[in-house]
Amino acid sequence: MSTSLTVNGETRDIDLPDDVPLLWVLRDQLNLTGTKFGCGVAACGACTVHIDGEAVRSCQVALGDVWGAVTTIEGIGSPDALHKVQQAWVDHQVAQCGYCQSGQIMQAVTLLEQTPNPTDAEIDSAMSGNLCRCGTYPRIRAAIRAASQAQEG
Amino acid sequence: MASVGKILRRTFLFGSLAVAGGVALGVWYVRKPAPNPLKPAEGETALNAFVVIDGDGVTLVAPRAEMGQGTHTTWAALLAEEMDLTLDQVRVIHGPPATAYYNSALMAEGLPNTGYDISSFQHSLGEVMGSIGKVMDLQVTGGSTAMKDGFVRMRATGAAARELLKQAAANRLGVAIDTVTTEGGFVVAEDGTRLPYTELAADTVDLEPKRVELRPREDWTLLGKTQPRIDMLEKATGTAQYAIDTRLPGMRFAAVRMAPDRGGMASFRDREALKLPGVERVVDLGDGVAVIANNTWIAERALDSVEITWANNVPHPLSTEAMMQAIEAGFETEPNSVMRDDGNAASIPDGATALEAEYRVPFLAHATLEPMNATAWLDGGTLRVWAGNQAPTFTRDACAAEAGIDPENVELTTTYMGGGFGRRGELDFSVIATRVAKAVPGTPVNVTWSREEDMTHDFYRPAAIARMKGAVQEGRAVVLDGAISSPSVSQQALGRWLGFGMSGPDRGIVDGVFNQPYGIPNYRVTGHTATLDTPIGFWRAVGYSFGGFFMESFIDEMAHAAGSDPLAFRKALTLDEWEPAITLLEAVEEMSGWTGQTPEGVGRGVAMTYSFGTPLAMVLEVRDQDGAIRITDAWLAADPGVALDPGNIEAQLTGGMAFGLSAAIGEEITFTDGIVDQKNFPDYEPLRMTQMPRCHVRILENQEHIGGIGEVGTPPAAAALANALFDLTGERVRTLPLGKRFNFFI
Repeated sequence: MSTSLTVNGETRDIDLPDDVPLLWVLRDQLNLTGTKFGCGVAACGACTVHIDGEAVRSCQVALGDVWGAVTTIEGIGSPDALHKVQQAWVDHQVAQCGYCQSGQIMQAVTLLEQTPNPTDAEIDSAMSGNLCRCGTYPRIRAAIRAASQAQEG
Repeated sequence: MASVGKILRRTFLFGSLAVAGGVALGVWYVRKPAPNPLKPAEGETALNAFVVIDGDGVTLVAPRAEMGQGTHTTWAALLAEEMDLTLDQVRVIHGPPATAYYNSALMAEGLPNTGYDISSFQHSLGEVMGSIGKVMDLQVTGGSTAMKDGFVRMRATGAAARELLKQAAANRLGVAIDTVTTEGGFVVAEDGTRLPYTELAADTVDLEPKRVELRPREDWTLLGKTQPRIDMLEKATGTAQYAIDTRLPGMRFAAVRMAPDRGGMASFRDREALKLPGVERVVDLGDGVAVIANNTWIAERALDSVEITWANNVPHPLSTEAMMQAIEAGFETEPNSVMRDDGNAASIPDGATALEAEYRVPFLAHATLEPMNATAWLDGGTLRVWAGNQAPTFTRDACAAEAGIDPENVELTTTYMGGGFGRRGELDFSVIATRVAKAVPGTPVNVTWSREEDMTHDFYRPAAIARMKGAVQEGRAVVLDGAISSPSVSQQALGRWLGFGMSGPDRGIVDGVFNQPYGIPNYRVTGHTATLDTPIGFWRAVGYSFGGFFMESFIDEMAHAAGSDPLAFRKALTLDEWEPAITLLEAVEEMSGWTGQTPEGVGRGVAMTYSFGTPLAMVLEVRDQDGAIRITDAWLAADPGVALDPGNIEAQLTGGMAFGLSAAIGEEITFTDGIVDQKNFPDYEPLRMTQMPRCHVRILENQEHIGGIGEVGTPPAAAALANALFDLTGERVRTLPLGKRFNFFI
């Protein structure tokens, strides 16, 4: 029952039942631990990844239902080559405990691709599914605004 | 300024030790000598040092956990400041368990003084309490004590290291020590010769540390300025390693299911579960089971196929109502403490207006975003544990006891934590991982709790009730007589850490009420310990999390009863009591443009709490937007005495406030049939971005002592919100969460 997935540009064969959520395929089989487990019921956003560029909660997508190429936090940038949203996160010193931030960044990347100049209300609305227990929300807002301006310039 | 020479004589020991290619240096507190953390046990190569300088550079082995509060960055800056290093030249790792890391500041927080007027007598009491901390191996991250503890210690280590390196260079070059200087990790001689620390380190081993003055504040180049966090790049790229991310060769994944009512397990049948693909073992945990599989989710699903009969020997009352009755009954018992008793609070002066009110707060979960988990690996006689924990010495000892081995044979790795807030000071998740690993010797197992297990098996912030009486006269408070009943967190939590309960007065019941900088002539606060075995634990700000709500709600009610503006009323109470407090109230007054008047549809509330050595004043503004209430702006002013990293302080204050607002609006843990009703975030809804106000922060430095930062934003938040809602609606709500009465914007 091997399933073939494209993850961060590479084809990977997965030997797991079709109903295993993508989150647990990424974390436990592919060791892509940047994508986090927080609730398992799509209530916190910590597990957000992209499928064909769309932000999805990977805890809710079964392996057999993955419909396109998967991109995780490891796939959008690295410590040596940051994505512009990651750069904005560093510039604005967003993270505290940091556990939610992979999901926040993946959500923000999709927001800025779909809405390059979001209003404050659009930022809040797009990010409201991503919990942060440390309360870093003001800096997330600031980082998204900065990344928005960076892509304009 | 303190000097290392003086400090070394009085309260510190300094040690150095040769390591491969370099030296390990450390300064630690003593009253009786603690085992030297620099002296490794026989056959042990790992060093419990504060600073290791070798061919690779400078490594700070931090005794405190990084759970998001920025401790590691500021500790690195304290060291770098005295060593003339840039921040990126200091590598920081978590320290292994060691008695010499004991947290003296945390025990001082347990003293019955108000803090803001701490006297030298009480200071010496603090030192005695500090030595109790050592006896108890209290290497704990909590109580917002990291900076109080590290402020002198880390700079003293850095200064001593710098002088040793200078002496080593002077000896090599045959010049006097006062002719060499330090810069960016080098000792620089007059002729321009530059010798790197990495090369000199081994030469320092036989040198004696000299008396060194710590640098005065005007010479600081790193401290007092915002520094980039050393963990930011990892946390923005998904490369930071939390305990849940532990991956080892041959590792298996496990999920657990424990008695939902904590009443134990009678029996279980695992035949069906073992048939499922990927499932390898079902482990009897005594009060539940674990499934070991090749994937966490497969293990979690297989738990549904284990037929479990629970024993239902519930150790606590079955319902929230019964628990609240136990807390009410606490008022009928002899007081556990009377930590403030100024004047005569028992009678109402002639002509004064009396008022009284009862306030209630619920049980709360920590709900760290990273659920409880640990990885354990029993390999021969050695147990290796990876855990995001706030109490490594207790964790090591508890895991050793579970495995039936000596603590010396436990290697505990403390990872980054996806939130702590007090929950990760508990030992249960590490012990359970050890229990699972015992079933599969030689195999490492990553044991992860589901969100549901995490939320229903927490050690909760206790529910509490306050009965406040007071009187006002001529616009001022003349009597405040508060009584608070709650089960004692300290008794329970210390019992879990030490194996025996602590009796005696518990400050955690009355914090935030008895020790506030208000000059009220008749001011009494009584604490009552409710007898209740519901599992409770330290939760961000501990007793201040409810004390701040009780006190600042009632002060607001007294202001209105006196016909005074709530902010002016507080200023009058602090005027002759403590100047830093009135300065903060004036700051938020000016920042928010407070006039005491708000237009229709807008409400404002003020609150101030002195906690963990730092006073914080807060004004919140709420608006009614089409029937939904939105918190639009927050103005905060705090005085930590010395602001070591203003950017990080701002983040901690606003984050702490968000934690308090989150609880104030929507968080509540309730029990039915002994089982927690809330299972996951849809039932226990934390603050979301749409609910976070714009934040305006000012940091002042007027008080004498350096105060904590990580918790002080939390205590006044609920009261400021309740006071703003009163201004908006005219309705005074005295029970949390406020979302049960008001419709908040989501």
